[in-house]
Amino acid sequence: MRSLTGAPAEREAAAARLHEVLLRIARSEVRRRGDLRVTGAELDDLAHQAAADALMAITHKVGQFRGESRFTTWAYKFVILEVSTKIGRHFWRHPTVALGAEDWDRLADRFGLDPALEPECRELLDALHRAVDEDLTDHQRQVFVAIFVHGVPLDALVAKLGCNRNALYKTVFDARRKLRSALVANGHLDNGSSR
Amino acid sequence: MNGPEKLDRFLLTDPLDVGCEQAMDLLHVYVELVAADPAAAANRYPGVAAHLAACGPCAEDFAGLLAAVIAETT
Repeated sequence: MRSLTGAPAEREAAAARLHEVLLRIARSEVRRRGDLRVTGAELDDLAHQAAADALMAITHKVGQFRGESRFTTWAYKFVILEVSTKIGRHFWRHPTVALGAEDWDRLADRFGLDPALEPECRELLDALHRAVDEDLTDHQRQVFVAIFVHGVPLDALVAKLGCNRNALYKTVFDARRKLRSALVANGHLDNGSSR
Repeated sequence: MNGPEKLDRFLLTDPLDVGCEQAMDLLHVYVELVAADPAAAANRYPGVAAHLAACGPCAEDFAGLLAAVIAETT
């Protein structure tokens, strides 16, 4: 770590060593995630970009390292987060979802709700759909539908809307809370486990 | 767990949940604690544990960082 703030030659050598390690972690991470529609040279390019951007962030922020963990763990975090960001952006190059008609059956599948077998599942789905339409703000509705009805990954939506993950998560968090309150108020869910 | 229960679990929010920003700020510290003792990590940082249980993207980052740390130490 000290080498990253040392004399120029020492700094350059340390950065090259760190980049090598970050690239190894990035390649390993894109392979671990496995479900990408990214392969071959494109996948390696994504790993290279993540390692390069992580190195730049680390060299800028190395003064903020407070020794609460090993330096390598702190540094690896940057490259893991860069991989996430790049995968989110990459989604729109080969999108697997159509943002046209809303497919609420996707939501039913997600929760194992089978309206054909159980009428109460249909009532619950209809009530959820109504609550999404009537109780959420336009922004909450847009985000909820994109992620849970169309199946857009949250990081991909972050890239599309140009916001950050925390802001979008907070939108989803508030939407979940509102929807649950509506379903409890209408007797579709039990209030027993409510926090 | 049946369908309505799954939906209820998904909609249920945890007030301890610290959100993505705080969870990511602490992720390197939390991961090392988990690698040593997962129960102690959750006790020390319940808000981070609550967040990782609810946020898929942050949980994915956590899993990736944990895998990197474990690979390095084995």
